[in-house]
Amino acid sequence: MKNRKIWFALPALIISVSVVLIPAIMTIVTSFTDFNGLDLNLYFIGLQNFREIFTDKVFIKALGNNIRWSIIYMSVPVSISLLVAYLLCKLERGRNVFQVIFLIPYVLAAVTNAIIWMNAIYSPVSGLLSVFRSAGVNIPSPLSSVSGALYGVAIVDIWHYWGFLMVVFLAAFRQTPYDQVEAALVEGCGGVSLFRYVYFPNILPTFKLMFAMVAIFSFQSFDYIKLMTDGGPARATEMLSTYSYRFAFNMFQFGKAASVAMVMCLFGLFASVIYVSMSSSEEYT
Amino acid sequence: MKSKKRKGYSLFSVTVLALFSFTALAPIALVLLNSTKKSADIVRNPLALPNTIRVANYIDAWNSAKMANGFKNSIILTGLTVVIVVIASTLAGYALSDRQTKTANGIKLYFMIAMTVPIQLFLFPLYSILSQLNLISNYFAIAFVLTAINMPLAVFLMRTYFLNIPKSIEEAGRIDGASTVSMFTRLMLPIVSPGMITVATIVWLYTWNEFLLTSTFMQGQDNFTVTLSYRALNNTSPDYGLLMAGAIIIIVPIIMFFIIIQRYFIEGLVSGSVKG
Repeated sequence: MKNRKIWFALPALIISVSVVLIPAIMTIVTSFTDFNGLDLNLYFIGLQNFREIFTDKVFIKALGNNIRWSIIYMSVPVSISLLVAYLLCKLERGRNVFQVIFLIPYVLAAVTNAIIWMNAIYSPVSGLLSVFRSAGVNIPSPLSSVSGALYGVAIVDIWHYWGFLMVVFLAAFRQTPYDQVEAALVEGCGGVSLFRYVYFPNILPTFKLMFAMVAIFSFQSFDYIKLMTDGGPARATEMLSTYSYRFAFNMFQFGKAASVAMVMCLFGLFASVIYVSMSSSEEYT
Repeated sequence: MKSKKRKGYSLFSVTVLALFSFTALAPIALVLLNSTKKSADIVRNPLALPNTIRVANYIDAWNSAKMANGFKNSIILTGLTVVIVVIASTLAGYALSDRQTKTANGIKLYFMIAMTVPIQLFLFPLYSILSQLNLISNYFAIAFVLTAINMPLAVFLMRTYFLNIPKSIEEAGRIDGASTVSMFTRLMLPIVSPGMITVATIVWLYTWNEFLLTSTFMQGQDNFTVTLSYRALNNTSPDYGLLMAGAIIIIVPIIMFFIIIQRYFIEGLVSGSVKG
């Protein structure tokens, strides 16, 4: 009788297994073949795909870009959202209005956000940057410069994303027991030390979880890069996600696409392992 | 002394909050400002107020991006996805809310992994399979795919709602001799219905905005969702006024929807992520 309940999970499992698990296993298999997406006679070539991508300059460049991108992601939006969430948590009124404002970029589509920024902000023809032209200063779009493109895209992606982190941190801050805050206030704790010794330790489990999530998902970033620069200029914003996509759908090298996707997975796995070991070591202390 | 310190703090906080509010809204406001201008006027000065209000921009954007068709496709695709996700995740959330069994833990672990793997890990074979079966651009097939990527989060959310139901309710049902199915439909569903709304709003917004899978699988202008038709417009139209108006047409319904359902949406974001 009681065992029957678990069968309720079957529809969700069937959907997930057929869309995610089975194709994922096929990806792992194809990463050892020269599959082109059409010819179903698979030819196993061992580790050749991996050997080739690790000597491929574009792949190495993409990997470097991914790491830079993740470092930006694990610092900038995380600090902004912590600061703003903390300020909002102390706010007595209007908290909800701010929450809604900060979430608006998060609930809009990547397509519209990317195009808005390209046309209305970055464009030296129609955007905010063109205002400086009348003053005689020509500012080119950051997206067209090799050194600026990655940051140009990151600004838009972070603009869209940080509100989500903020809302989560705010909810966690608000769970801080009030007697702890009061005791600290009596002790003369203010602003920064109140944050450091009372609020932050209270949200630490949530913070760790979100930090791990940001690490994992920033490594998979795709939408804004595809939409705004598509890896350019001169591969300055190429990421593993866009590179594997290009292997599959522009070059029809599904085997290589699969091997790049597997490298992406390994990094996610790495972040997950660190997270799990961090949270389990905590349970014993 | 103390009150002085308080005041200084709040001035800082008001400045920061105002600054970030401005940053969040300014790009959208700028687009709105330019959406009724002639393209040449935008190029001349994007910050100037419009001297004429051209409603034609909106009509032209709507027509040349085939937005009626785009909205129709978005609604069908998103609607199908939301319905399937809500049903399947409610069932699964109930199944996994039981005391910890090995099977339940295994399924939870599986969904945890499924949630964190990159889409590229399963995208390419999935594409081969769907194109062999002639299912590219098929609403049901693609909604099924979108369902799968939303499923883990939805299952975890629903599970927390079932976990919050006091055990005594389920036990009372058992004593009255209710079967698992009737207990689920008569007792549990009414209690978790706010959770189902939360899942529906989150999945609706995520699916409406989804880009990677939708752009890969919905091919050809006739099958484009509204965001994809806007992207196509951006690639073809040289008229900035049109592009700004098109953006507003897509943005405004989403913002309105978000403001109406914000309580549920925010609750979903939070209970999907806050530990403890």
